[in-house]
Amino acid sequence: MSEQIEQALSRKYEAGFVSDIESETFAAGLDEEVIRKISAMKNEPQWLLEWRLKAFESWQKMEEPEWAHLHYAKIDYQAISYYSAPKSMKDKPKSLDEVDPELLRTYEKLGIPLYEQQMLAGVAVDAVFDSVSVVTTFREKLEEAGVIFCPISEAVHRFPDLVKKYLGTVVPRSDNYFAALNSAVFTDGSFVYIPKGVRSPMELSTYFRINEQNTGQFERTLIIADEGSYVSYLEGCTAPQRDENQLHAAVVELVALDNAKIKYSTVQNWYPGDENGKGGIYNFVTKRGICHTNAHISWTQVETGSAITWKYPSCILKGDNSVGEFYSVALARGKQQADTGTKMIHLGKNTKSTIISKGISAGDANNAYRGLVQMGPNADGARNFTQCDSLLIGDQCGAHTFPYIESRNPSAIVEHEATTSKVSDEQLFLCQQRGLNAEKAVSMIVNGFCKEVFKELPMEFAVEAGKLLEISLEGSVG
Amino acid sequence: MLKIHNLHAKVEDKTILKGLSLEIKPGEVHAIMGPNGAGKSTLGYVLSGRDGYEVIDGQVELGGKDLLELETEERAREGLFLAFQYPVEIPGVSNMEFMKESVNAMREARGEEPLSAAEFLKKAKEACKQVHLPLDFLKRGVNEGFSGGEKKRNEIMQMILLEPKLCILDESDSGLDIDALQVVADGVNSQRSPERSFIVVTHYQRLLDYIKPDFVHILADGKIVKSGDASLALEVEKEGYAWLGGKAQEADA
Repeated sequence: MSEQIEQALSRKYEAGFVSDIESETFAAGLDEEVIRKISAMKNEPQWLLEWRLKAFESWQKMEEPEWAHLHYAKIDYQAISYYSAPKSMKDKPKSLDEVDPELLRTYEKLGIPLYEQQMLAGVAVDAVFDSVSVVTTFREKLEEAGVIFCPISEAVHRFPDLVKKYLGTVVPRSDNYFAALNSAVFTDGSFVYIPKGVRSPMELSTYFRINEQNTGQFERTLIIADEGSYVSYLEGCTAPQRDENQLHAAVVELVALDNAKIKYSTVQNWYPGDENGKGGIYNFVTKRGICHTNAHISWTQVETGSAITWKYPSCILKGDNSVGEFYSVALARGKQQADTGTKMIHLGKNTKSTIISKGISAGDANNAYRGLVQMGPNADGARNFTQCDSLLIGDQCGAHTFPYIESRNPSAIVEHEATTSKVSDEQLFLCQQRGLNAEKAVSMIVNGFCKEVFKELPMEFAVEAGKLLEISLEGSVG
Repeated sequence: MLKIHNLHAKVEDKTILKGLSLEIKPGEVHAIMGPNGAGKSTLGYVLSGRDGYEVIDGQVELGGKDLLELETEERAREGLFLAFQYPVEIPGVSNMEFMKESVNAMREARGEEPLSAAEFLKKAKEACKQVHLPLDFLKRGVNEGFSGGEKKRNEIMQMILLEPKLCILDESDSGLDIDALQVVADGVNSQRSPERSFIVVTHYQRLLDYIKPDFVHILADGKIVKSGDASLALEVEKEGYAWLGGKAQEADA
């Protein structure tokens, strides 16, 4: 049986192609000079350069964290190039017609034809291709609503006050090793601002893709939802197939002001490495949001790629009655390792958080959930509910759960539920006896396991997530 | 329809079927009875191709095809249906979703167009009513939290939807009260046709009061030791399996 499941799971990495695009890439290595060069390439103001240099200074004093349930050879930070931009992007395109057709074909292979999206999907895409934002669609329509959605490098120039006010306020530049590295060398990313009382007229979407060899991708995203506003944001990530490991150290900061809601969804499909564990993306990401009074932040992630995933999208529930949610599906197969989870920091009164984590392990993979629920002394009446389920496929994989609960308020209520189950021979046999092949059967069982999370994804992206797990979503029942 | 010749099969290292032969013509209902451990359930698993059930000798043909050459799902698509004695749960996968995939897999194998969601829903609702299950069972996870009786009725609903050629009912009566038994039997009887055949595996004669078999076979120690008409079941009911003597004892061990 396990052989059949193995086959079903050992599908090829479909986004593993390399685009032949002329690029401008820095030589490998990291020192102050490189940071100055990155800053100069982007024509940044002095304050940002200084901000980067301070981050670099902190980073040099920090140690790479080793507490995660992950095993990998030490990363040589001097062997990485910290900047790569497609050459044709130097003079930024004014419209899609000016974009390198080869680049557009890359997106088409990924299943995100920009033209089609413009016409049909109503999704504004800010595509990041090796560090530089290539093209931003729908900007006009968004700007009509007062929504700002642009590359962060552009926001630095166009909206310096907003960037200066919020950058590094949720994830400080010396927050942790990888966040400090990102702060020093981040090349691009998205910037979003939703004005007071505005509901973004469309889902905002960014595709990240790493193309150049030996380049790390260090994007930085900052989303600010002003009072009473709403935005739903999705990032999708892929990377070509390479023998070397590539580092991806991103930072995402969300600011939800009073009564605002931010829904942030991720479908992560970075190259996981081959069956022997060669190559693949090292994904070390710091994602955090802060909720002011009555605000609401919801993280949904579907993590199927990367050789290593180190990622804990978190919520600081600062304001009273604020709500934090974390819905996660993490699939690890082959030699993949994932250590992922969340932190819910309850500071305000009557704050609520929900954590639903679904970990799937197959092959020799190791999948760890790590979550912190912290109830501060002022968090009267705060509540948390955590459900943490693991599904094992085969008998060589591992599932680990590391829940941390700290309560300093006697009126706070914390609930934690955890289960571990297996795809059983009986389930597989039932499906096959009903005419379904093993591959279909496994994906259906896995889909069922993930249902609570998938239903949190925006509809158009739920389909993509489903495709990623080789599943078809349920037909609508009356 | 189905021809089984001299079938030997083992599970792990234990030989369970030891030369079973049986021929079933279209439209016939064959009941298979026998003591615990005789190999009744094994027969259903071997025919449907469950992993771990290894054929060591013999031939099986279904509709002229060599059944043993086919994968589990291919056998199903050839029209072989097994109603499970203990249907397993698949949490989070709705009955509706599961059955739609299944029905369409069968249709594809027959070269037919897949059913649309609306077409399927209509059929599913009818089948649901036929086995007296509330319609919300279509939305619930496959067998998730179903009672024993509901699971059995759900199996029969699947059988109705899949329109198989050969139905193997593995103790579909076990654990049922008399009303549920009637519902299951009605469901089965509604599907009887000159083209469709049934193997009804049961421990008790009771089910056969409702589903009238054309033939009754007694399976003991991996072989059919006696065949007859419906009256054989009554005989067994009265006499038990003691007359099998040593064979039954051995099978029980």
